Order: sequence, then C-alpha cells, then structure tokens
Amino acid sequence: MKKQEAIMGNVYALVLAGGSGQRMGNIEKPKQFISLCGKPVIIHTVEKFCMYTGFEKIIVLVPGQWLQHTCSLLKKYIPWHENRVEVAEGGDTRNETLMNGIRYIKEADRLDSSTVIVTHDAVRPFVTMRIIEDNVAAAREYGACDTVIPATDTIVTGDGNNNARDIPDRRYMYQGQTPQSFNALMLWELYHSLNADEKQVLTDAAKICTMKGQAVRLVQGEVSNMKLTYPYDLEVAKAMLGMGGNGSA
Amino acid sequence: MLNKVYRLAGIKRFEACFQDNEIYSDTVVVRPDFLSICKADQRYYQGKRPAETMRSKLPMALVHEGIGHVVYSASGKVKEGQHVVMMPNIPGKNDGITAENYRTDSLFRSSSFDGYTQELVYMPEERVMALPETLDSYVASFTELVSVSFHAVKRLAGFSHQRKGHIAVWGDGNLGYITTLLIKKMLPGTYVTVCGASEEKLDRFTFADQVLLTDSIPGGFKTDHAVECVGGNYAEDAIGQIIQYICPEGTVALMGVSEFPPKINTRMVLEKGLRIFGSSRSGREDFEGVLKIYQEDCSIPAYLGSLVNNVIEASGVADITDAFEEDAKTRIGKTVIRWRA
Repeated sequence: MKKQEAIMGNVYALVLAGGSGQRMGNIEKPKQFISLCGKPVIIHTVEKFCMYTGFEKIIVLVPGQWLQHTCSLLKKYIPWHENRVEVAEGGDTRNETLMNGIRYIKEADRLDSSTVIVTHDAVRPFVTMRIIEDNVAAAREYGACDTVIPATDTIVTGDGNNNARDIPDRRYMYQGQTPQSFNALMLWELYHSLNADEKQVLTDAAKICTMKGQAVRLVQGEVSNMKLTYPYDLEVAKAMLGMGGNGSA
Repeated sequence: MLNKVYRLAGIKRFEACFQDNEIYSDTVVVRPDFLSICKADQRYYQGKRPAETMRSKLPMALVHEGIGHVVYSASGKVKEGQHVVMMPNIPGKNDGITAENYRTDSLFRSSSFDGYTQELVYMPEERVMALPETLDSYVASFTELVSVSFHAVKRLAGFSHQRKGHIAVWGDGNLGYITTLLIKKMLPGTYVTVCGASEEKLDRFTFADQVLLTDSIPGGFKTDHAVECVGGNYAEDAIGQIIQYICPEGTVALMGVSEFPPKINTRMVLEKGLRIFGSSRSGREDFEGVLKIYQEDCSIPAYLGSLVNNVIEASGVADITDAFEEDAKTRIGKTVIRWRA
C-alpha cells in the first residue's frame, strides 16, 4: 500500500502551453485553449495532473499574452486546486519555456538534487495516471525518461535532397510523446552547458540529455495519448469521448 | 475530467475508452490499486449470462471488489492518499425497512453501471471506507466478498432459533470458505461442517470442525441450520441435501447464484417447518463489521490470504484479458489484479 508514498516528494509538473495553434487552423486562439467537449483542452490536461497527489505544484507555462486568460480558466474550471496550480510565462522556444519552469522552482528555493520535473504538452489531454506514475518512477531511478510508443510506420531518413539516406530497423524506432521527465538540476546544468549551435538543433528536452551522453529511459506511452495538432486530431478526440457505455451511476 | 475506462464490449473482449467525469460536492476520486475478480464478473466475461442481459448491460467496466487510494476529496473529509476499500452499492431511497442492498432502486457496480476497471473511480464519499494500514493489500482487495458472507452470517444469526450447536455449509469454493471462517468467528462454540464435492478443495478448510464429501454424507447426519454456497447447476442438489439433513425448524441461508431456477422439495420444507432466506451483496455496516474483525483477529486475514492464487499486473486491455483467462482456470481461490492501467 506504500506505492505512491514511495515516489512522492519534491516533484513538479510543468505543463507546456507555449504553442500558437497555427497548424490547428485557428490563429486567433492557440490550440490548447480550443474547447473539447465543453472544456478547453488545457483544462482537461491540468485536471489529470491534479489527480496525481505526488506533485508539489503544477506549473502551467503559457505565452505572456495568454497568462491572464489561463489564470481565469483555471479559476473557473479547477478552483479546488487553486493552491497547487501556478501559471508562469513561457520562453521563446520549448526548452527556454522549460527552463523558465525550473527557474520558478529555483526561485521558490525548492530546487535540489532530488527535484524531479514531469514536463508535458498541454495539448495531450489523454495522458493517463499510469504514464505519469511511470514517468516519476523512471526519472527518480534513471535521471531522465521519455514517453514513447513503437513506430508503426517505417521510418525513412532523407539526405535533404529528396533522396532516401537510410531506412532504420523499425524494431528500434519509436514515436516520441510526452511527458518527458528529468532530474531538474541535472537538466538545468546540461542545458546551460550547451553552446548556441547545440541549442539551435534541439527539438525537445530529451535531446539535451542524449547530446550530453546522459541516458534517457523509455517509458511506454499509449496511442491514445495523442497530440491535438491538426483539426483532424480534434475530431478524433471528440470521437474517443463519444464512445458510450453503461457509464456513471 | 478525462478518465480511461476499460469496458467489456463483448464475450472475452475488452475495450478502452475515455469519458469526461464530473465532480460533485461529495465526490471522492480513487486510484484503484488492487482489484479482485468475482464469479459474477467471469459470467459476463465468458458470456454465461442470458444473451438479452449481455445486450442490455454491455459495454460495461467489470469488477466490484477493490481497494485504492484517494487522490481527491471534494469536501476534504477524506484525506488524500488514504487507502480505502470501495463499496460497489449505491443505495436507493431508504424506506426504513429494506436494507440498502435489497432496494430495487439501488445500483451496483459491474451490474447496473461501470465497475472498477478504470483509471480513476469517482465515488460518493460515503461509499469508501478507510483501511487499516497493516492489512495485507491482496486480502483487502476482496473485502467486498467477505462482507457478503458477513451479511449472510449476521442474518442467519438473527433469523435462526437459539440452538446453534451445529451449522453445515454446502459449498467448497471461495464463498463456502469465507462463510465457514466467519461462522467460526461470529458464532463461537458452533460446530461447523462443510459439505463439498472435492476432497482437494475441502482439505483447505482446516478451521472447520468437520468436512464431508457430498456423495458420502452419513445417514444419521443432522444440522441445526445450513448455508448454501454452491450456486449454478449444483445448487438444486445442495438445497435438496440441506432439506434432507437439516433438523426441523432449522433456518437455511441461500447464497449461491443460479442462472436457472432450482426445484425445491417444498413438501419436506413444510413438514420440517423450515425457514429459508436469501442473502445477496452487502451494505456499509457489513464492510465495517469485516474491518473490525480483521483488526480484532489477525488469524482471519491470515486464513483469507491462502485464497490468493494469482496476482497479475494489468496496465491495459491485454493484461486484463490475461487476468480473466488465468482466473477461469482456477477451481478455488482469488485472482488479484495489481491495477496499473
């Protein structure tokens, strides 16, 4: 019965909501604020993180101009978790946003060698408790982890001139999801040891680790933990929620 | 909040889906830790319920025996992290007479609505009960089943006449095992005989005073009262033997579930002036009674621990299916699911 106690402690969630939503075809409103079954996507995501009692705080990182809007949404939809959810401004890039999250923890004087951060895309509302639990456990044990699912399509790498360069063995190919979770201090130090060129090629946070030789443990994701990027994804998400059953009492 | 629910969609076919759960002023949200499979769940899984029942109930999440920890309490009355047993009955309107588990407007998980194979279970706070921290999680997972036996033994004690020197239990499965154990505890001094069809299964009843094979019950055998824990196709034979061997004015508790109505020798029931009552499911006070017994007498959970056959970790549809397949192979004992989904 001690499962969750054993992995509780100084653990923070960073919900990354920095996207502009242009691929969703809605340039007026970033995709994390689009409504899914009556609630903004970001609210669905934060609600799930609120159900993991091991988080000391859930820090939602948003573009500056959406900060007040996000605060209002959280107050409206999740007032009961007002004390656990904080809103902070993101950065210019995904990793700068992430560093702003760690800076927030640092300024609260809560960053130490055991601090774990679970970073997650605000536009993946179907994340499950199991994925969150596995992330916290893996980050504690291995220092870094990335949530993935096995690649179903064959991956082809190109040479930049419309020629195939390689077709890697699919058994070792995965599609990256989030959360990505880290020992916060380690990630902070690794990131600040990168030079400008290295920072230029970063596509996600796990890459900070792999570039510097830090092992990243793979955590099993789920196909349903999809990212709502295109209008089509939103339709799939609505369909997933419309699958009826002999539901609630 | 988006919640992943694993429902039985057809015979031996589970599906995962999401639903958006609402939180009310008395909601507690429980993350299940350990679940236990009941025979009733197996009947759904294997399609042994009538086709019309299957059609009307599915898709539905199975399992109504389980424990977990509270991750959110809307009123704040239940502490976050508290380990709790979940009670599957949602009581209907109280008429002052009918117990919560017999009210026609009561609802029951994995029968009237979704059971516990969910990422998070949303419950009224009155439907969870704190568990003693020292209690073994595997045993705690099937507290609901033990509460069903507790309920029946309590009623037997109340309905039957005062001579309780000898009680016989028909049935050598899980229900017979638990009921016999509780009779020994709740009615101390009563001599308890277990009548069963399998010598191997009867060997487990080390706490009973006597075990008998149903095909070789001695002619002069007598019992003051009796409990039927057989159900299914053999319930009729068991009830027939009970009526044959029970003393006049004895009381009979029927606990086994049968899909087909058994024939009963009413002439002999009348002649002996028997009282026959049914007992099904349980209520909050039965759960309280069981947890009190667990704390008073550590031998009870220790005996129950020997019923745990399999512990299977489940983090998705394939694992849940494996757990049900493994459970179907066992003749006695409980399959516990370490819930990770």
